[in-house]
Amino acid sequence: MTLPLFEAGGDPGPNFAALLSVAGLTPPVPASPTDQLNIVHATTVVAIRCSEGVVMAGDRRATAGNLISHRSIEKVFPADRHSGVAIAGAAGPAMEMVRLFQLQLEHYEKVEGKALSLDGKANQLGMMVRNNLPAALQGFAVVPLFAGYDTTRDVGRLFQYDVTGGRYEEREYAVMGSGSLHAGTVIKLGYQPNASTDTMIDLAVSALYRTAEEDAATGGPDLVRGIYPVVAVLSVDGFQRVEDTEVEHRFRDLLVSLNNEQANTR
Amino acid sequence: MSMPFYVAPEQMMKDRADFARKGISRGRALAALSIQDGVLLCAENHSRTLRKISEIYDRVAFAGVGRYNEFDQLRIAGVRHADLKGYTYSREDVDARSLANQYAQLLGQTFTHELKPMEVEILIAEVATNSAEDQMFHVLYDGTINDESGFTVLGGAANSVAEKLDQTYEQDWQLSDALKAAAEALSHHEKDAHENSMAVSGVADLEVALLARNHTGRAFQRIEGDELATYLRG
Repeated sequence: MTLPLFEAGGDPGPNFAALLSVAGLTPPVPASPTDQLNIVHATTVVAIRCSEGVVMAGDRRATAGNLISHRSIEKVFPADRHSGVAIAGAAGPAMEMVRLFQLQLEHYEKVEGKALSLDGKANQLGMMVRNNLPAALQGFAVVPLFAGYDTTRDVGRLFQYDVTGGRYEEREYAVMGSGSLHAGTVIKLGYQPNASTDTMIDLAVSALYRTAEEDAATGGPDLVRGIYPVVAVLSVDGFQRVEDTEVEHRFRDLLVSLNNEQANTR
Repeated sequence: MSMPFYVAPEQMMKDRADFARKGISRGRALAALSIQDGVLLCAENHSRTLRKISEIYDRVAFAGVGRYNEFDQLRIAGVRHADLKGYTYSREDVDARSLANQYAQLLGQTFTHELKPMEVEILIAEVATNSAEDQMFHVLYDGTINDESGFTVLGGAANSVAEKLDQTYEQDWQLSDALKAAAEALSHHEKDAHENSMAVSGVADLEVALLARNHTGRAFQRIEGDELATYLRG
């Protein structure tokens, strides 16, 4: 690899995706529909506003058609210090999009000496989703959730996208993926404005549990293997993943309370 | 048709080297020290926005002295090189040595083939898990590359700063001790330099960054403002 140097006119600036295309590393768009291929899909992710910022969570299951292809993939990632991204859709292109997005933010920050604004990051992700549209039409749709702590406004914000790259800022919560209908309903009923982070983590955990009961593509907590959904909090301290042991505790508490409810109704 | 004047190659190289050295010696000095907490980079810089020290990758930093536009161009090329390499292979595969070689190639090429050599001296530092394995590559305007250990000084009056540091330097320095020593060595030369009698007035004129040893991910941290003042006092 040699040093990438450019003439003033052809300089890609702080744009890593543009640099990749100059270097010939942009992934090809599939030429024909991929119905015959059993592509791996990642499913339910949620993001909820809370008093400290935003809670993000995602189950761990990936499916290929009617089969479970992975029990422990992760769908919630840090995008940079103060923001996170959660993905649903075709797993391969989605992971690639996350990697590219993380690098895009880091590259910008290093070249310019200053991080992008939260709106700038949200727009960048929208552009990436839009650029994926030709692939989406061939069956490789990727739809992310984006959340972050806006350090200039001192508030947590969250965005959802559609497959065309449309960017929509949500005030309360957003859900994406195959189980979004069920997860959305649970969160809608349990949501309180400005609730504590703790309460909203419990709400996210409960939403994923209820969704896993209804949607075959969403994985619940796996107590045997010790696999639990990924939960992260975005606050003024940045992206912080909630420890697996803590998520486990919350699930066990949830199960105990559900058990008690059942016992009382019998 | 006019005949070009004949200039002996020795003379041509000497002229170019003199030209580059003159440009570099006008700049202010920069010191890099391998200490207990990581690799400390410390420079005199009046500007808070036009940086001499910057991040390249997880464990790699860049520092340059001389003409700002020239070393900044090199810095950006380095960031691109590192990010492309990390994307193509893996984050672990990005290292200071290969980048320093690339810089040496480019500077050497420019020195012999271009109209004007680059008036820069650069440093590519990589922090390791222990200070004995830290790497510091000092690349000169003509592509000469030096693998330094312990500490190194770049820029104008580098020798006098290095002499001063040499008397006190210890590999197991804490950040605060190292910072005080570096700041003193840099200001020491300022007092001596006849062309510039202004002494380093402390925090405002220092640009400081650390490649933190015990840090996973991006190890580059700037130390500025109150934090820097605390270290220099404490």
